[in-house]
Amino acid sequence: MQKRFVVIWFRHLTTDWLTLRRPELKDVPFVFAAPERNRIIITASNPTAEVQGVYRGMAAADAKAITTNLQVLDHIPGKEAKLLRQLGLWCIRYTPIVAIDLPDGLVLDISGCTHLWNGERGYLKEIVNKLRASGYDARAAIADTIGAAWAVARFGKTSPIINNGTQAQALMGLPPIALRLEPLVLEKLHKLGFSTIKSFMQIPRSVLRRRFGEGFLLRLAQALGLEDEIIEPLIPPVPYAERLPCMEPVRTAKAIEIAIQKLLEGLCARLQAEGKGVRKATLKCYRIDGKMVQAGISTNRGSHSVSHLFKLFELQVSKIEPALGIELFLLEAPKVEDVDAPQEKLWAGNPGLQDTALAELLDRIATKVGPERIRRYLPAEHYWPERSIKPAVSLSEIPLTKWRTDRPRPLRLLRRPERVEVMALLPDYPPKVFTYRGKRHIVEKADGPERIEREWWRDKGEHRDYYAVEDSNGGRYWLFRSGHYDAAPEWYLHGFFA
Amino acid sequence: MPDTKRELISRLQKNILQWEGYKQPPPGMRELMGLGSVEAAFPNGVFPLGAVHELVCGNTEQATACGGFVTGLLAVLMQNGGACLWIGLSGNLFPSALKAFGVEPDRVIFITLSKDKDVLWVMEEALKCAGLAAVIGELKEMDFKQSRRLQLAVEQSQVTGFVLRNESDKMGSTACAARWQIKPLPGEPVDGLPGLGFPRWQVELLKVRNGQPGKWIVEWSDGKFTPVEKRILEQQKLLVG
Repeated sequence: MQKRFVVIWFRHLTTDWLTLRRPELKDVPFVFAAPERNRIIITASNPTAEVQGVYRGMAAADAKAITTNLQVLDHIPGKEAKLLRQLGLWCIRYTPIVAIDLPDGLVLDISGCTHLWNGERGYLKEIVNKLRASGYDARAAIADTIGAAWAVARFGKTSPIINNGTQAQALMGLPPIALRLEPLVLEKLHKLGFSTIKSFMQIPRSVLRRRFGEGFLLRLAQALGLEDEIIEPLIPPVPYAERLPCMEPVRTAKAIEIAIQKLLEGLCARLQAEGKGVRKATLKCYRIDGKMVQAGISTNRGSHSVSHLFKLFELQVSKIEPALGIELFLLEAPKVEDVDAPQEKLWAGNPGLQDTALAELLDRIATKVGPERIRRYLPAEHYWPERSIKPAVSLSEIPLTKWRTDRPRPLRLLRRPERVEVMALLPDYPPKVFTYRGKRHIVEKADGPERIEREWWRDKGEHRDYYAVEDSNGGRYWLFRSGHYDAAPEWYLHGFFA
Repeated sequence: MPDTKRELISRLQKNILQWEGYKQPPPGMRELMGLGSVEAAFPNGVFPLGAVHELVCGNTEQATACGGFVTGLLAVLMQNGGACLWIGLSGNLFPSALKAFGVEPDRVIFITLSKDKDVLWVMEEALKCAGLAAVIGELKEMDFKQSRRLQLAVEQSQVTGFVLRNESDKMGSTACAARWQIKPLPGEPVDGLPGLGFPRWQVELLKVRNGQPGKWIVEWSDGKFTPVEKRILEQQKLLVG
């Protein structure tokens, strides 16, 4: 489809905003100014000031000399971006793809949107009239390319709508500044006497490149439509989404389930055709009281199975509060991935962790209790017990090093070691008696010590001397002494052996 | 005619077992776990797979012993590459130690929860998943109805489940296939050397459905279970020989 763009230019963006907030400034000439190289330079001036000859880029002192009652206000950094964002979000009613064009413009991708306003003329009129009515002095133009629309919106003298494929003619009579060029290039063009685009449009590219550089050629090509221009939308469009408007507002859990089922059927059919699977999906429910409630799911691996995704959403249905009723359901899949078609195995071994049923089970558990509670561990190359394991990122991650079995390790390891009172016969001997949580244990047998040094490049502190001990009842414990044996060594219990 | 009567009764018992779903096992299934006489206590002398086992533990030492014992069983269950789920309240299980009991720790998925209710929900869901080798749940309390739900899930999927009940207040009856109690015992020194010996437990079957409760001493050595009486007997034989 032929792309069409609207570029909106706000001639007095910040001053219009201030006039809206302080109507008493309407007929007063005022400017925003900011210090630049030890001078106060005007960054924006309102129409009243412009009539009196005060423009952007002037020194504030000069401007004050021209007009008697000029008000100079401090420039607010970042205000343009904020205002443009608000205006851009408002423009989403005309097209889903709106981008900010700093410092004073918006770019709208309107391909396939204008017929809703009876063609481009009506569409443009609607936007400009609405903006002007709300107090912003806006100019807009429609063209095949952003560059052409930008030029016509700012410098065009005739029609603001450039017909399909005629951007070259439209640009002919405009000055080179309409091509969004750098000041240095503009100065060069001015010196060489190029006052309109027409005068250099026919010159061979190689000649232009040598004199004005690659950036100049790119801007020219973008305006003429020879080169694509990419814009960054305010709200990135979700490529996989399904909508379901309801005739009557929906309130019951059963009805919500039916809606989810329908949405999933539509979405999954499309995903399946493209060989994709959902990793993350969000159900947005727009209620008639103007509020929006949403429920999200995520999966361990891409899935386009309606029944599985439905089960995940089913666990969330109770969290959706319909209030007076839901009138629109929107199912979005912001994260999808390629899925391999499952291959039938001739001899069915145990699939282990690669089992689809297991992945689906974990999805359900994660939806119910939270994904942070599910963990799988891999060995890490550290001796320090707390660091010797690390959580695996995914189900398919395999250990890079072997699990070590050369040293005794307790089956239960306390998250933080607990202090115990200890009696040892001799320095560096395992303890003879220790008291843990008020209970005395008489040590019968012991192994150790196993010294584990702290990793000095990570943290400071004492090393640990570990002993595996067995008490008279057969309970087996992992004790350690923190640091060297001196006057008052600290002993801790760190784990239980099976 | 006492002989014919005995024969009749044993035949009837066999029939009852069959009706209850205990099939005569294929020959390879006997002594599957290497538990020797412990396995003989179960109906048909086969360790019941595809059932829920209940292990009661009174304190952390016992809970750890239970963990070790179950891990030893897992090693057999996960032999051909299966995965298992370990659902717990404490989350203090140290994966590295599982390797010593013959289980690949990276094939175990740990889920740490805060409530018994959640553990039971997750466990039931997991037991329905036929691809798993085993599911272990650590919790405090479980009533008959909840154990029944687990049992029903297991009958469909043939997954083996273990419920570790830690410091339970009440011990009502449950629908589990067996109720175990594992207590740590002082180990024997190996070849008279100082230090800790192999992990040794007193394995007690408090209840077995259609089986014989009993008490045994089992050791974990050389990567397998070793019933202790058997070894003592062997040693004695060697001495005599």
